[in-house]
Amino acid sequence: MGVLSEFESKQLLAGHGVAVSWDQLARSEDEAVAAAAEVGGPVAVKLCGPSLAHKSERGLVRLGLVSPDAVRAAAEDLLGEATDDDGEVALLVSEMVAGHRELIAGVVLTEQFGPALMLGVGGVLAEAVGEAVFRLLPVSGADCHDMIDDLGMATLLAPLRGEPAMDRNALVDTLLGLADAAGRDGIEAIDVNPLVIRDGQPVAVDALVVVSD
Amino acid sequence: MDTSSFELLFNPRGVVVAGASTHPGKFGFVALHNILAGGFEGPVFATNPDQPTILGIETLGSVSQVPAGAADLVMVCTPPQACPDILRSAASRGIGAAFIASGGFREAGSDGVRAEQELIELARSLGLVVAGPNGQGLISTPAKLAAQIVAPIPPPGAIAVASQSGNLVSALMNHAAHSGVGISRAVSAGNAAMVEVVDYLGWFADDPQTKAMAAYVEGVGDGRRFAAAIRKAAEAKPVVLVKGGTTPEGARAAASHTGALATDDRVFDGMARQSGAVRATTIEEAYDAVAAFATQPLPAGPRTLVLSSAGGWGVIAADAVTRSNLDLIPLPADLKTAMDGLVPPRWSRNNPIDLAGGESRDTIPEAINLVADHPEVDAVVYLGMGIQANTASHLRSGPYFESAELARICDYHERQDSRFAQAAADASDRTGKPILAATELAVTQPGNSGPATVASQQRYCFSSADRAVRALHHMWWYARWRNRHAAVGT
Repeated sequence: MGVLSEFESKQLLAGHGVAVSWDQLARSEDEAVAAAAEVGGPVAVKLCGPSLAHKSERGLVRLGLVSPDAVRAAAEDLLGEATDDDGEVALLVSEMVAGHRELIAGVVLTEQFGPALMLGVGGVLAEAVGEAVFRLLPVSGADCHDMIDDLGMATLLAPLRGEPAMDRNALVDTLLGLADAAGRDGIEAIDVNPLVIRDGQPVAVDALVVVSD
Repeated sequence: MDTSSFELLFNPRGVVVAGASTHPGKFGFVALHNILAGGFEGPVFATNPDQPTILGIETLGSVSQVPAGAADLVMVCTPPQACPDILRSAASRGIGAAFIASGGFREAGSDGVRAEQELIELARSLGLVVAGPNGQGLISTPAKLAAQIVAPIPPPGAIAVASQSGNLVSALMNHAAHSGVGISRAVSAGNAAMVEVVDYLGWFADDPQTKAMAAYVEGVGDGRRFAAAIRKAAEAKPVVLVKGGTTPEGARAAASHTGALATDDRVFDGMARQSGAVRATTIEEAYDAVAAFATQPLPAGPRTLVLSSAGGWGVIAADAVTRSNLDLIPLPADLKTAMDGLVPPRWSRNNPIDLAGGESRDTIPEAINLVADHPEVDAVVYLGMGIQANTASHLRSGPYFESAELARICDYHERQDSRFAQAAADASDRTGKPILAATELAVTQPGNSGPATVASQQRYCFSSADRAVRALHHMWWYARWRNRHAAVGT
């Protein structure tokens, strides 16, 4: 069992119609600063590599960096944090995706029922909150609509704090995209957390794809 | 699996009790007693090498003496080591099905596991279908068959039950006997060595005597097969599922948050919902739901109206509706006007409709008809039935019944509650909408003419407003599942 890096994971999911944040890999502090300039707004810089599954727990994520100096300093720090166990690493420079609503979605291979699709309340408290619903793969669009209903998301779907209503069909398409990806290329598990709702549209901000060897 | 042989289990030509006993404490006595007491109309045989008669039946020395072609089912109540010979003899006499009540198999350790495997291999080679072992038996009311080692014998009806726990079959049968909403088939799957709970559901789905099913499961075996079987059954008829043995954590793929969230119960719940099964947490909730499915039409939508002659119950029901997937609709203006014509102005003028004691002789039947007929109402919860008959009961047993000449008013009260129950049943039949009546008197005073009339209509009287709303919630959930998942009915 192997793990794709965040960058590879998101590239793969994007190929199945999942909207992902704008990302660019950087090998050095200079490349990171150049990538941030392309974004033109605040960025996140993260250490990125196939062995880095729990980046936030290890403090390997720097958010909301505005100035080139801040990007450079963060890049330096993060590269310094990498250990030998982390293997080959790079810096991932991403746009900041603003949205109050954070979901989690993914695919897991369950012992009893085989592959299952999940949708839940996401963010760093996802596991603590534990609001998540499942359906066995393959799923239909109706199944995805049921998942949204089961999660009790009526209030989450409505306009919220100046943000427009969530595009329910776009969320269904995201779920179907994950299901589609899970059926291929030896993919065993997918984790998208957070799936941020920006202007009503779901955007994968962090992702992890597990593949069989 | 091929379920055509299940006909032999549930509609046998004749039945043999292998290992019949004269000792009233033994399974072999109780099984024979129940088959005879249940009024099974085909030939009944009993084997016992030592006793010439048991319960008036002339016993046979062994199953090999059963006349060929006279029986389809053998109920085995012997020690486990006798089972292989009994199956061989049964097959030689044209018997195609066995219910093995005997214990001492998989539940008894590694020797038992082996004995069970060998027994099932033998049964397969003989072409026998085997239910159990280590099960409490089966019920088939259309065949008047009560081949079980426990009580009770439930009234006939349209509910089918399959359970991994025999005692939970009994619990559901007790609810059936108490409520009068009866059973078509019921089976305790025991160790389910050959036939699993979902296999029975598959047969119930095609059984014309069955309208709705309830199942209790712990382990699910092959999960994909289980899910597919549940879905197939649910596409045909409502399936109410109770899952025992919920474990707290799945915790299998620590690398991902999704894996950490994939607890057994969450995944099972998603599977059940996807497959169209109504999931109940308790046996009471399961019986309420399956009884509702068996006796009421499905709601066409969630628009629910609460009609009450008992103030607080109306409010509690309205709260329960609000917490459910149902809509507590605002009272339509034309309905408000029509109600104004029926009762004095102190009525609630809202949903819940609380008559506030303003009703006269014909108000309640007329109000039931008004709300049931309204095109914006999909379902009705009716509360307050039985209050008058409860008063009558109290007056009858009181010290002034004779001297104050209370017989006439008591008769009137009791007649009224009977009328109300009848009106609810008739309105449901006429409109094709579910009308659920609820009162605690169904439990505390089942002879009350309100709940008693509900029962006499082969309908179910819910024991509280909350339980009626919960059952209606399940009905709407299932109706919507059928609507949403287009493969259904095509």
